[in-house]
Amino acid sequence: MRRLLNTAEVLTTFNPEQPWTLSSKVALRDESFGALAYHYGNRRLVFLKSRDLVDLVRDLEHHDKAADAIVATVGPERFDTYVRALDALVESEVICER
Amino acid sequence: MKLTDRFKSGLGAPICLTWELTYACNLACVHCLSSSGVRDPRELTTQEAMALIDEMAAMQIFYVNIGGGEPMIRSDFFDLVDHCVAKGVGVKFSTNGTRLTFEKAQRLAASPMVDVQISLDGADAATNDAVRGEGSYAASIAAMDNLMAAGFGEFKISVVMTRHNIPQIGELYALAQHYGAQLRLTRFRPSGRGADSWEALHPTQAQQRELYAWLLEHPMVLTGDSFFHLSALGNPLEGLNLCGAGRVVCLIDPIGDVYACPFVIHDDFLAGNVREEGGFGSIWRDSALFTELREPTSAGACASCGSYDACQGGCMAAKFFTGLPLDGPDPECVFGHGEAQLASQAVSIRPAARSDHSKRSPLTISS
Ligand code: SF4
Ligand code: SF4
Repeated sequence: MRRLLNTAEVLTTFNPEQPWTLSSKVALRDESFGALAYHYGNRRLVFLKSRDLVDLVRDLEHHDKAADAIVATVGPERFDTYVRALDALVESEVICER
Repeated sequence: MKLTDRFKSGLGAPICLTWELTYACNLACVHCLSSSGVRDPRELTTQEAMALIDEMAAMQIFYVNIGGGEPMIRSDFFDLVDHCVAKGVGVKFSTNGTRLTFEKAQRLAASPMVDVQISLDGADAATNDAVRGEGSYAASIAAMDNLMAAGFGEFKISVVMTRHNIPQIGELYALAQHYGAQLRLTRFRPSGRGADSWEALHPTQAQQRELYAWLLEHPMVLTGDSFFHLSALGNPLEGLNLCGAGRVVCLIDPIGDVYACPFVIHDDFLAGNVREEGGFGSIWRDSALFTELREPTSAGACASCGSYDACQGGCMAAKFFTGLPLDGPDPECVFGHGEAQLASQAVSIRPAARSDHSKRSPLTISS
């Protein structure tokens, strides 16, 4: 789905030191490659292309800082990769600040 | 991994599920993809339809595209919509607008999970009514006025692109802007009654190039991925750019028959019926037809084409209903290979449809 971004909307960026969570407007469905996420507000469909990313997204709400969730689910070695992945999910409004 | 590969094992549920509620329709559009007109006595009962919605929810289907026929003709229409919403299944429904009164518009506006698409096939009554029947332009406009007055917000205006309305694309865009609506353009395919009017109404090659350029300049205009055969002209259009039949797309018709795509209502693409043991879920996951459609397709006569990656040989339905082989060029191949192949066939046999719910009155195409 394509939609105009509301220009008045301030786009937040991902800060791993903050608490994050899967948006309440998003449905997440497991698939063989990872998961599909659908946002009922902006009607966008997002492909989450790894199981680890899906686990991480689900785990976010259990940590005070996203950074802790990353270390706990995927390990410190892949920290930067997953910060970038979560950043993309902020942009598509799949995850939001808690 | 390529996106197409990801669909091979099959998604847990379709992304684009169309559910046609009834074959009954008060209009008789010449291009109707489901040859609708009269209700089929075997249509799903309210109870069966409710159970099907429960199953969609269990499969975590994000949203369902409700159509027909004219879905608002069903007396349980709002009960079904409400049940979808209650179960967390979003609703996008298509209507000819004839039943969309101000009151109903208000009711729809109350639910953020409901999206409405009004069909309109021309920027003026003459162009639209030639395809959709007399008075249908006025009915669509009245429905849009009602949605606007009810504060529905952003609805969609859905246009099937023909030889006669492609020149009006700017006016259609302006009309959508006037209503704060989104324009949604779809490809005219030779399905249902469309098989009889396709020859006269499908866009010319020059119009296809015009449309492609226009779409690239207007990326906010929705196309439901339907013009991916035009991607062969250069930059790919936005979207998945592949035939999703049985992979990401499927149709449940009013009597519960499950087809690979809304544009292929034909026995060859019938995967089962939701009334059977196992229901819709097992058809989607395990039917022989869908399993076969998820296999990689052969490029056939398109193998030597440098644009195959972008175009994938086009639309299966368009090929099937014009009598072209499925592993070859689309009848509207931008390089003219489909036309050449059609012209070279001494006889082209168009498959006859089993399912025709047209009213008995003769239909005429004015071109
Ligand atoms: S058959 Fe045509 S309309 Fe149906 S999914 Fe494939 S490309 Fe789309
Ligand atoms: S030859 Fe086939 S792949 Fe190439 S543009 Fe035509 S339909 Fe598409």
